[in-house]
Amino acid sequence: MRRAIWIATLMLLLAPNAGALAADKISDGVVKIGVLTDMTGYYSDLAGPGSVLAVQMAVADFGGKVAGKPIEVISADHQNKADIASNTARKWFDENKVDAIVDLVSSSTAGAVMPVAAEKKRITLLSGPATTKFTGELCTAYNVHYTYNNWALANGTGREVVKQGGDTWFFVTADYVFGKSLEEDTTNVVKAAGGEVLGSARHPSPGNTDFSSFLLQAQASGAKVIGMANAGGDTVNTVKQAKEFGITPKQTLAGLLVFITEVHALGLATAKGLYLTEAFYWDLNDDTRKWSKRFQEHPDNKKKAMPTMVQAGLYSAVTHYLEAVKAVGTDDSDAVIAKMKATPVKDFFANGVIGPDGLHRHDMYLFQVKTPEESKYPWDYYKVVKKIPAADAFPTVEMQKCPLVKK
Amino acid sequence: MQALFGQLLIGLINGSFYALLSLGLAIIFGLLNIVNFAHGALYMVGAFLAWIALDSLGIGYWPAMILVPLAVGLLGVAIERTMLRRLYPLDNLYGLLLTFGLTLILEGAFHHKYGNSGNSYPVPEALQGGFNLGFMYLPGYRGWVVVVSLLVCLASWWVVERTKLGSYLRAGTENPRLLQAFGVNVPLMFTLTYGFGVALAGFAGVMAAPIYQVTPLMGSHLVIVVFAVVVIGGMGSIVGSIVTGMGLGLVEGLTKYLYPPASSTVVFAVMALVLLVRPAGLFGRER
Amino acid sequence: MSAPVGIQEARAAWRAGIITPRRKAAFFALMAGLGLLAPLVVYPVFLMNVLVMALFASAFNLLLGYTGLLSFGHAAFLGSAAYVTGAVVKYWGLPTELGILAGTGFAVLLGWVIGGLAIRRSGIYFAMITLGFAQTVYFLVVQLPWTGGEDGLQGVPRGKILGLVSLDNRYAMYYFVFAVFLAGFFLVYRTIHSPFGHVLRAIRENEPRALSLGYDVDRYKLTAFVISAGLSGLAGSLKALVLQFASLTDVHWHRSGEVVLMTLLGGMGTVMGPSVGALVVVTMDNYLAGLGDWVTVIIGAVFVVGVLAFRRGFVGEALRIARNFPF
Repeated sequence: MRRAIWIATLMLLLAPNAGALAADKISDGVVKIGVLTDMTGYYSDLAGPGSVLAVQMAVADFGGKVAGKPIEVISADHQNKADIASNTARKWFDENKVDAIVDLVSSSTAGAVMPVAAEKKRITLLSGPATTKFTGELCTAYNVHYTYNNWALANGTGREVVKQGGDTWFFVTADYVFGKSLEEDTTNVVKAAGGEVLGSARHPSPGNTDFSSFLLQAQASGAKVIGMANAGGDTVNTVKQAKEFGITPKQTLAGLLVFITEVHALGLATAKGLYLTEAFYWDLNDDTRKWSKRFQEHPDNKKKAMPTMVQAGLYSAVTHYLEAVKAVGTDDSDAVIAKMKATPVKDFFANGVIGPDGLHRHDMYLFQVKTPEESKYPWDYYKVVKKIPAADAFPTVEMQKCPLVKK
Repeated sequence: MQALFGQLLIGLINGSFYALLSLGLAIIFGLLNIVNFAHGALYMVGAFLAWIALDSLGIGYWPAMILVPLAVGLLGVAIERTMLRRLYPLDNLYGLLLTFGLTLILEGAFHHKYGNSGNSYPVPEALQGGFNLGFMYLPGYRGWVVVVSLLVCLASWWVVERTKLGSYLRAGTENPRLLQAFGVNVPLMFTLTYGFGVALAGFAGVMAAPIYQVTPLMGSHLVIVVFAVVVIGGMGSIVGSIVTGMGLGLVEGLTKYLYPPASSTVVFAVMALVLLVRPAGLFGRER
Repeated sequence: MSAPVGIQEARAAWRAGIITPRRKAAFFALMAGLGLLAPLVVYPVFLMNVLVMALFASAFNLLLGYTGLLSFGHAAFLGSAAYVTGAVVKYWGLPTELGILAGTGFAVLLGWVIGGLAIRRSGIYFAMITLGFAQTVYFLVVQLPWTGGEDGLQGVPRGKILGLVSLDNRYAMYYFVFAVFLAGFFLVYRTIHSPFGHVLRAIRENEPRALSLGYDVDRYKLTAFVISAGLSGLAGSLKALVLQFASLTDVHWHRSGEVVLMTLLGGMGTVMGPSVGALVVVTMDNYLAGLGDWVTVIIGAVFVVGVLAFRRGFVGEALRIARNFPF
């Protein structure tokens, strides 16, 4: 009896401390998320302020608190410069006690920040960078590559378009690492699917606005499909000029990395018929529609644009992160990452699993841009050609060969 | 062989565009000794004004061809009056720095308002469609661009080299004091020169809008290429910039056919070579 | 070009007795002291960025402020040295000191080649030739496989000094960078305040006169160019080690423009000016990042205001104030 009373007293004394102990597990009493994105350069429309908004929405929807402590969001513009990204990341980790850096959007900035985060045992959630190696030879223990990568784009568009009948290809490629690796990946896929690659033209980037010479070469090749292994402004100008020179609709354009904001900027009259692979489209189903309308109508969304897959993916990634923090009761990176990988993702964005290498494997979609007649309301741009299941959409863990994954 | 002809024709088309852009720059440098770094940004402003005119005011391509250059020219006059004229007595380094700063301001401001995916400007109806030339399909609008660019270049050349106003401008470069002593309003002439030079950039912007996506950064790489053209041609020479512009277009076209990745850089290699052999450019005179 | 306003202020201040040798020595001692203590207060990585850029700007000013040559392609030296050092240390496993030597040596060589060709012309033509070569360097960096293209050369190890002290500790790295900066700065200072430096200034003020006095003007200009290029390369090598990567931004012509801004803002033709300018610009770049969109506009406005109303630069204005309000 006395023993019982002792134990009970001890427990009563310890109970409030237990609460405090759990609270101490959230470092510095706050969960801080840093959105490091491109606000002023080539990627500002597909990520940028929209990414910050997506994260803020995720935090607000989560209730603004996790494990009893507040969540704070800070943001900065890395201007697409690896120096600024690296310095900001270091400062955020060392001085501002940021627990996770998200978005990053370009491969050069992601490549600079990931090692810094790993060294300091903080988490990076990538939504936007494309380099497949980020979950392969460059993988880190604290990184999640969430939304899409080069392999998914190459396989989605390459394989599925060949299956649709587009079996001869010519590439217009941006002459830098991203473009060349995308061309190489897609070439392999096209050949494996039974297609043929008739040639390619590499154009300087960025800064080149005239694609007529390269398009002429594509036209001369007679290929059924012109694969655009480029992105952003390059793709937009290529599509525009392909129409100008009468190349479409005789030949079909396949955009290897295209976002809905670019289709919007081009207009359907110019972009119709374009094939592209994305992870998300606002009009897929009721859940996506509901969330996207909230995003579009949010008072902080100045341009009233629909979310891109980068922005939607970021919302989902941050929500998944916060749920992991809640489940393990701490923001300790090892525990949180383990929980994120152990829990499947199930929301409007995806039904997916984050693998041991950090790659989030989920369904992707091959879309085709509608004609102006087929479009019934604003932003009604895509029709779904094929849903690509996660197992086919992303490379397997074995293919990725991340050194940290035990065999 | 057919492919080569197609590339060369495209090269000529682009060349006429370069000629139009470098003309304004050459005039400004030749007559004012100002290195106008803002030329690319003002070209972008021209394209955006054309788009805004269509989108918000319903003003189409044809009136825009006159109104937009006027608007850009007025902007140029304002810049010259308030800022540039203070820099004339100084080394032209300062003019370059000031106009570089203006470029950043303009690009940043337009980016803030319009993002960077840009806007699409339609080809005017009368110029849609094209001609099948056998070795390639030539869009009608591109043919129009060549014709107009050459006309404008020739007209500008004629004004500067063959009219009284032009002779005043040329005199003003050589000896502004003496000219002023003759009773000519030299400061006004300088203002008008800058305004005219940037109006040409704005005009090029309107020409470009139907072909290239109208984005805030559309002029940023173009400006250093145009600089190289002007330097190769000779910084004060109008004939030089026209000929070099066309020539560069051809060289670029050839490079895009033979070794495309170098096509953006070939102009600089050519420039360095030319300057070493002919110090003042192909048609210029050493000042 | 005639003496930049900054130098005129420095001269006037000297004549007015504001700058005396003793005050100068005290001032430099103070700066050195601040430099030693700074990392305890301010974030060291930020300080290292400032030091590297200050070295770059000081090297650039040697050419612009003191010799009167505006180079528009100095990024080529900064960036290529960064890549060379990064590659040599990462792929060949060379020790840190050799890596820095390799990078700097490459920049010296590149400077000799480009300078040798560009020196033949002057003024804007000189600037354009340097720009032309810099663009070619940029193109080569993008094309070569080992540079990583737009992803950059990542994962450069910092190594150890003399095989003993690991530079992964950011304080160790800071003091190392600070020491190298002081050495480079001292070299600039000695170059300026030497008979050689006097000839450079004579060339800037009146080249035909210098020529007529019998000086081999071209050789002086080339030497100044090579020193400037080499020190810029040293800055680039350090940068690769500090940030542990080399990226395209360092060879882009915007970087060349940035160093001109630093020199202008700080005070062209003053010794401390470029360093002050570097501090201002690096601060703006990093701390304004939170303002998103407006950063470009703000930097542009700084350029414009700087050119119109602030040509003396911070140091030049400070000297003018000191001269007019002696205390």
